Parts: sequence; structure tokens; C-alpha cells
Amino acid sequence: MEKEQNNILEEVTQGDYKYGFYTDIEMDTAPMGLSEDTVRFISAKKNEPEWLLEFRLKAYRHWLTLTEPNWAHLHHAPINYQDIIFYAAPKRKKELTSLDEVDPDLLDTFNKLGISLEEQKRLSGVAVDAVIDSVSVKTTFTETLSKYGIIFCSFSEAVQNHPDLVRQYLATVVPATDNFFAALNSAVFSDGSFCYIPKGVRCPIELSTYFRINAANTGQFERTLIVADEGAYVSYMEGCTAPMRDENQLHAAIVEIIAMKDAEVKYSTVQNWYPGDKNGLGGVYNFVTKRGMCKGSHSKISWTQVETGSAITWKYPSVVLMGDYSVGEFYSVAVTNNFQQADTGTKMMHLGKNTRSTIISKGISAGQSNNSYRGLVKIIKRAENSRNYSQCDSLLLGDKCGAHTFPYIKAENHSSIIEHEATTSKISDDQLFYCNQRGISTESAIGLIVNGYAKEVLQHLPMEFAVEAQKLLAISLEGSVG
Amino acid sequence: MEHIQIETDLKSSLESIFTEKSPTLFSKDTPYVAGVRKQAFDKFAQLGFPTARQERWRGTDLSKSLAPDYEFIMEAPGENVDIEKIFQCEVPHFETFLVAQLNGWYVYRNSPLTVLPSGVVIGSLAKAFEQYPDLIKQHYGKYTEQSAEGLIALNTAFAQDGIFIYVPDNVTVPDVIQMVNIVDFDRNLMLQARNLVIVGKNSHLRLVQCDDSINHKVTFINSVSEVFLDKDSSLDHYKLQNKDEHSTLINSLYFYQESGSSLSSNAISLNGGIIRNNTTVKLAGEHSSANIYGVYLMDRNQHIDNQVFIDHMVPNCQSSEMFKGILDDHASGVFNGHVMVRKDAQHTNAYQSNKNILLTDKATVDTKPFLEIYADDVKCSHGATVGQLDGDAMFYIRSRGISEANAQILLMYAFAAEVVNKISIPELRQRIDDMVKKRLRGELSYCDQCVLHCSTQEKKVSFEIDVTKI
Repeated sequence: MEKEQNNILEEVTQGDYKYGFYTDIEMDTAPMGLSEDTVRFISAKKNEPEWLLEFRLKAYRHWLTLTEPNWAHLHHAPINYQDIIFYAAPKRKKELTSLDEVDPDLLDTFNKLGISLEEQKRLSGVAVDAVIDSVSVKTTFTETLSKYGIIFCSFSEAVQNHPDLVRQYLATVVPATDNFFAALNSAVFSDGSFCYIPKGVRCPIELSTYFRINAANTGQFERTLIVADEGAYVSYMEGCTAPMRDENQLHAAIVEIIAMKDAEVKYSTVQNWYPGDKNGLGGVYNFVTKRGMCKGSHSKISWTQVETGSAITWKYPSVVLMGDYSVGEFYSVAVTNNFQQADTGTKMMHLGKNTRSTIISKGISAGQSNNSYRGLVKIIKRAENSRNYSQCDSLLLGDKCGAHTFPYIKAENHSSIIEHEATTSKISDDQLFYCNQRGISTESAIGLIVNGYAKEVLQHLPMEFAVEAQKLLAISLEGSVG
Repeated sequence: MEHIQIETDLKSSLESIFTEKSPTLFSKDTPYVAGVRKQAFDKFAQLGFPTARQERWRGTDLSKSLAPDYEFIMEAPGENVDIEKIFQCEVPHFETFLVAQLNGWYVYRNSPLTVLPSGVVIGSLAKAFEQYPDLIKQHYGKYTEQSAEGLIALNTAFAQDGIFIYVPDNVTVPDVIQMVNIVDFDRNLMLQARNLVIVGKNSHLRLVQCDDSINHKVTFINSVSEVFLDKDSSLDHYKLQNKDEHSTLINSLYFYQESGSSLSSNAISLNGGIIRNNTTVKLAGEHSSANIYGVYLMDRNQHIDNQVFIDHMVPNCQSSEMFKGILDDHASGVFNGHVMVRKDAQHTNAYQSNKNILLTDKATVDTKPFLEIYADDVKCSHGATVGQLDGDAMFYIRSRGISEANAQILLMYAFAAEVVNKISIPELRQRIDDMVKKRLRGELSYCDQCVLHCSTQEKKVSFEIDVTKI
């Protein structure tokens, strides 16, 4: 019985990457390697104003003084930054005005991904800003949104059309000097999404971006900036995939969120970059800086993430709770399989009075992977009556994987309450037995249990994503679970 | 007595002292110990003193402790020290076998090593180097070997004496052994105390380790103890710390457990300038268990740092950690619990908990309960809380006519009692219980030289009841 169970577990945990296809689209790429010239090339290519070039160069010069962080529980071959193409854009033959003019190959890619633009446009009412290898190809629903005064466009368009807004908010949450990868991104970021919700507007639809790494040896450095003005609300979704490639692709993104007084931003992401093959070959290196700032009082930022991909994940979506009564939330499911390594978690910085934060993190490790939760909860002296609750659980499937928890808790006043709990265990035989006894096969039982385990997080995802996330969980642990 | 002034650049001056004074340092060493010492010195030269940039030292800044000019005592105090004049233990009904260290040197009356009829050996470590070279070779420096801490290397390089305890197989030591580390020196003193405890197969030992200072000069104590627990042995270990505010106490304990052994270690920190307890437990034999408890009550500018590392090297072991602390005034507390479950250490149960109460806005807590797990069939959990006294409970008590101050003490006492109640020696539990009460009322200070020293028995606690309110 046990042997059989192990076999099933093994089968279940050895699925292949289902999004491994490669679209042959003509690419417009920067020369390999990183230098001031590369930075200037990217800036020129995107026809950027002088101040942005200055910003990039400053970031680049600062980056040169930094060394790659090595504190994370991750092991990987050193990254050669001169061996990467820092900019790759599908060659644009002409300006596009309608969806029909989009490269059919590209549309096909989306169809394979299951996010057909038309379908989504018609059926789900989701505006999609799809980014392929760094350049936003097509933004739908811009017109509908513009009625409300909502700006949702690619970052480069925003630089051209709303330079003042971009300049006002860019790098106010994640300064260019923040860390090694943030500096790198600030120097060479190619594109991304920009979103501005004006005062008092509740965004009627869920905004969504799909990222995909396509060309070989390209790093993707996208930059997302979301600003919710006073009393605004937006739910934003991001999904990522990469085709199968042997070499490791580098991804170093920045996401910045600003929530003014009474504003709420809900950010959901499903990350399914190529995790490398069963022998740990290839896969995406994902070094992301995500941070939200609750600037005004009673504001709220909520991060929900499902991390199933990437060979290396280094990601800590954080919230700076500056305004009084502001709320920060972090819900995460991280799945690692085969030789994947994830070091992910969150930072909750309580600066304002009566601020609250909740952290729910669920780690699932299988194969020979390592999955770490690393989090910081800091409550400063001024942040009276603040509250934090953290729960981080790890589930182990198989005896060769690792699950680690590194919570840092710093409290500086006596009116706040911090609670932290964590457990690590494997799927209990009792639960499996219970399911088996009711005629549920071990394979489906594992699926059931894993999904149930992650449910607390999945329920915070928007509906479309929740369905996809469940599927992804299943795929990551093979196709048949779930 | 030869004293050596240590210059401001501590590391380089220590290095030159090591070279200059090596004849004295090496004088009692066997070739094995000399080898360990030399190696440790090289390691110290390479590692240096810890800085706040090191992950394990983020919460504790030693720069102030390392700034003063310290002196070293390079030679033993001589035979005619009357320890009882300096130190008296008057715990009622508490029979202990007392061994004392004065300024890092073992103090003895008749002979440097006492051999009890049961075969138990207690005495000076320097003497044990000579008399028990095989035991020393087998254990000394073995459990600290892999440590990457500069302070451990420093201790190994400079330690000349300390306490040596050897319990042969199948012996239950009837008396509680009390190790007292006294500092009595009229200038600033840095000392490297070193202890080695070996508990044989199926033997049982109870050990109380006290740290005291008599005068109030600046001291820097870097104490390292290695403890080996052989098959099916057990150790009850208590560590009591009641030091003055000018002292820095780094207490590193290395436990190595063979199969079936059980360890209970309890750290009670009541006063001190900077206290750091490094506890490392290696569960190297199956079915061994380790329970590490701690309670810390800090106020003023005191700083407490508890570092616990439990290494589950083999399957079927159990460990639990519980640390509770109350921090008042400007006090700061650090907890860093690390549980590692190695590959194939299946059926591990590990539990970790750190609870803190902050009484003021100036007190801070920095806690990091951390799990590193490489096996799947394990049950591990950890929890950490930071909060204040429960408002509802306060209201409940006060509504029954108990003053706010008393209600507070009651609640704090109840909070600390969970750990104090784990003490399994009744007399000691009673005594520490009283001391905790005293401490909470602000009556206990470092002037009470030894924590077991006060002859005044605890008065019954009485609560003022306001009759008019009933």
C-alpha cells in the first residue's frame, strides 16, 4: 500500500510543463550584455524623455556598486549579466488599431495559453494588457475604461501620454536604489503596465496583464505601477508563463502600488514561468520586487499569489502601512517540484496607528525542491494598536524536499499584538485513508487534500484566476490531480 | 597574579597576547589540547568578533561591550581563597554540591579534582587535561568544533580553566551540582570560562549554573560549556542569571545527545547588562529528546538574546522550546530559534514557542522562530506572539477589588509561571518562584549577589483589598 502510494505520489509530482511551446515571431532585440549603451539603446528605442533616461542611468550606476544578495535560501549558478539580451520586442510592422491586425502567430500563442483576447473581451469582461517579451502588444477595453477616467495602458504608452503621472509616482515605493534587482530593473526595464484609478472611481472590471517570456536568452524586466487615488478601488491580475528553454532566463520585475486615502487595491498573480525540467535543467530565475504603499488612512492593499513556476523564485510582495487604519494582506500558495527553489514571503511595515495586517502562506514542496517562507513584520513605536496575524504552513510531498520558515518579528510598542503560527507536516495517512475508504483513489485524494489545503488562499483570487490557479496546482503536481 | 592590560583594538591586542603569553597559555595543555587551542586561535584570527552585519548577531550589538579596556587574569588565584567568605549559598532545604569559579578559575579547598565514591569526578578542567587525557581527547572541543562563531574560537584559544564533571556509566548523582561563576575583581575584566560535562550511559545528573558578580566593574564573560549525554542518560540543567548592568554575559552551551538520552535545560534571566544565551543541541541518537525552556524578565536598559539551535540529525527524536519574556522600560529582547530537521530524520516532533509581553513603548522585541526541514514525515510547529497584558483579565481581577499594580503582578507572574513550573527540583522551583515574584515587584536587584543567596525567605504575597468596594 505504501509503495503504491509512493508510486502515485511520484507520478503525481512528475508532470511536465504544459506551456512549453515557442512562438517564432520576429524579434527586435538589443545587443547582448549590459552597459550604459544598452540602457541608452532601450531608452532611445522607446523614445523616452530625458528625465527617464537620467533615472535609468542613475539606477545603472548604482547597480554597478551593488553585489547580488546571497542571504536567501537559494542556490544557483552565478548569473552572467553580460550574457543576457536586455531588450526583446516583437517587430512591429505597423501601428495596430484593432485586434484583427495583431500578428496571427501571437494570437495563436494567446489561444494556447487560453487567454484568447477576443474571448476574454466578449465573455469575461476582462481588459487584458498582454506583454510578450517586454512590450505590451495590445490593450483591450481602454476605451471603456477611459469613460471612467481610468488609465490602463502599457508603461511606455503611459510615459508618452501621461508623463506627469508617471514621473510623480515612479520609484516612490521601490526606489531605484532599493536592492540589486530593483536597481537592475530600474536601469533596463522594458515595459509593463500602468494603471491609474481616479478619485472615487470603482473600477468596474478586473484588469489583467499576461506576461510571457518568448525569445531565448532574454531577460524580462517589466515594471508595473498602479495608483489608486482617494476612494478608488481596483482589482488587478497578472499571470506569467515562459516557453521551455534549456538556459535559464532571467526575470527581474518591479511592481509598485500606491493606495491613497480610502483606496483599495487587490493584486492577484498566478506565476507559471517555466520551472526547468525534471533534472533541474533550465527554468526561469525570478527575482521580483513587489511593494505596495498604503499612503492614506483607511487604505487597503491585498496581495494574492499562486506561485507554481520558475526554477528560482525570490519574491516578497510587501505592504508599507503608512496611513492610519490601513490594512495589508498577503495570501500565498507556493508550489515547488523537481529541483525548483522558492524563497518567498512578505514584509508588513506598520508605520501608521491602528494598522492591521494578515499573512497566510501555504507552501507545498515535492520532488527535490526547496520551499522557504521568509517574512518580516515590523511595528514601529508610532504604530499604536496595530495588529498582525501570520500563519505559514508547509506541506511536504516526498522525503527529498525541504520546507523552511524564516519569520522575522520586530515589535516596538506595547499596544500592538503580533501572532505568528507555523506548522510543517506531510499529508496525513488518516486523511488519505479516509478518502480511500470512501472510494476516492489516492491520486484524487492527494489532489483534494492539496486543494483543500490551499483553499484559504485560492478563495481570495478573482473567479477567473481561481479556476486557473486550481488547474495550475494540479498541473504542477501533474495533470490529473484536482 | 599576572594581569594583562588589553589595548583598545581588542582583536589585534588579543592576537599579540596570544603570541607573547603562549608559554603560560599552553603550560597545562596536553598535545591534543594545544592543537585544539592553536586551531581555535587561527579561527579567531580569521573570524574576529561578531558584528551586527552577521545574521545571528543582528539583534545584539556588542560594540559597546567591546569598547572598554579589559584585563585578563592569566594565572590561578592560588589555593588559599576562602570561597565561603565571598559567596554563601543559603537556599533553605537545598542540598547542593557546590563548585565555584572565581574570575574564570576553579576554586578548590583540598584538591583540584574531587572523586566521589560513585566514581563521579568534579573539579578543575586544567587539572583534567592532565589526569584524564583520554576523556579530554574524546570530548573537549568536539562539540564546538563546527561553530563559525568568533567568540567560541576566542574562548577555546584562551580558556585555561573551568569546571570538569564526569559521571561514569550507571550512576545517578544524588546531589544537585551547583556551578557558580563569580566575578570579583577591582578592574574591568574579560574572562573566558570553559566547562566540560560528560554524563555516562544510563546516568543521571542535575546541574545548576549560576552567574554572579560581586563588584560592579565592567565585565565581559565569554563562557562556553560542552555537555555530552551518552546513551539513556539524562540531564536537568538550570541556568540562573542575575548580573549587574555593566556586565556582558555570553553563555554558549553545546549539548550532544546520544540515543535515548533526555535533556531539559531551563534558562532564567532576571538581571544583566547584555545577556546572550546560545544553546545548541545536537540530537545525534534516535529516541533522544530535548526540552529547552527560558524565561526572561528585563527592565531598564537590559538586553537579552536567546539563540537556540536544535539539530535533528536522526529519526525519532523530539524537541520542544518555550521562551517567555516580559520587557519593561527600555529593555530589549531577541529570540532566535532554529530547528533543523536533516534529510531522513523522519518521525521528528519539534515544537517552538516564543511569547513576549511589552510593558512600555520603549521596550522592543525581535523574534525569529525559524524552521529548516528536509524530511517529510515530521510534525513541526512554531508560534510567536508579542502583546500586552490582557485587558479583560485585568478588568476581571480589578473588579474583584485588587489594585492595578497587584493585578499586573499577578498576571505577569502567571505568564512566567508556565516556564517556572517546568523546574523539576522542588526546592529550586520554590526559590525561583519567589525570586520571580520579587523581581516582578522590583525588589530583586543584582545586589543580591547570588540568585540562591538571599537568606530572607519570601513573604506571603498579600493583596490589598478595598473593602469599601465590596
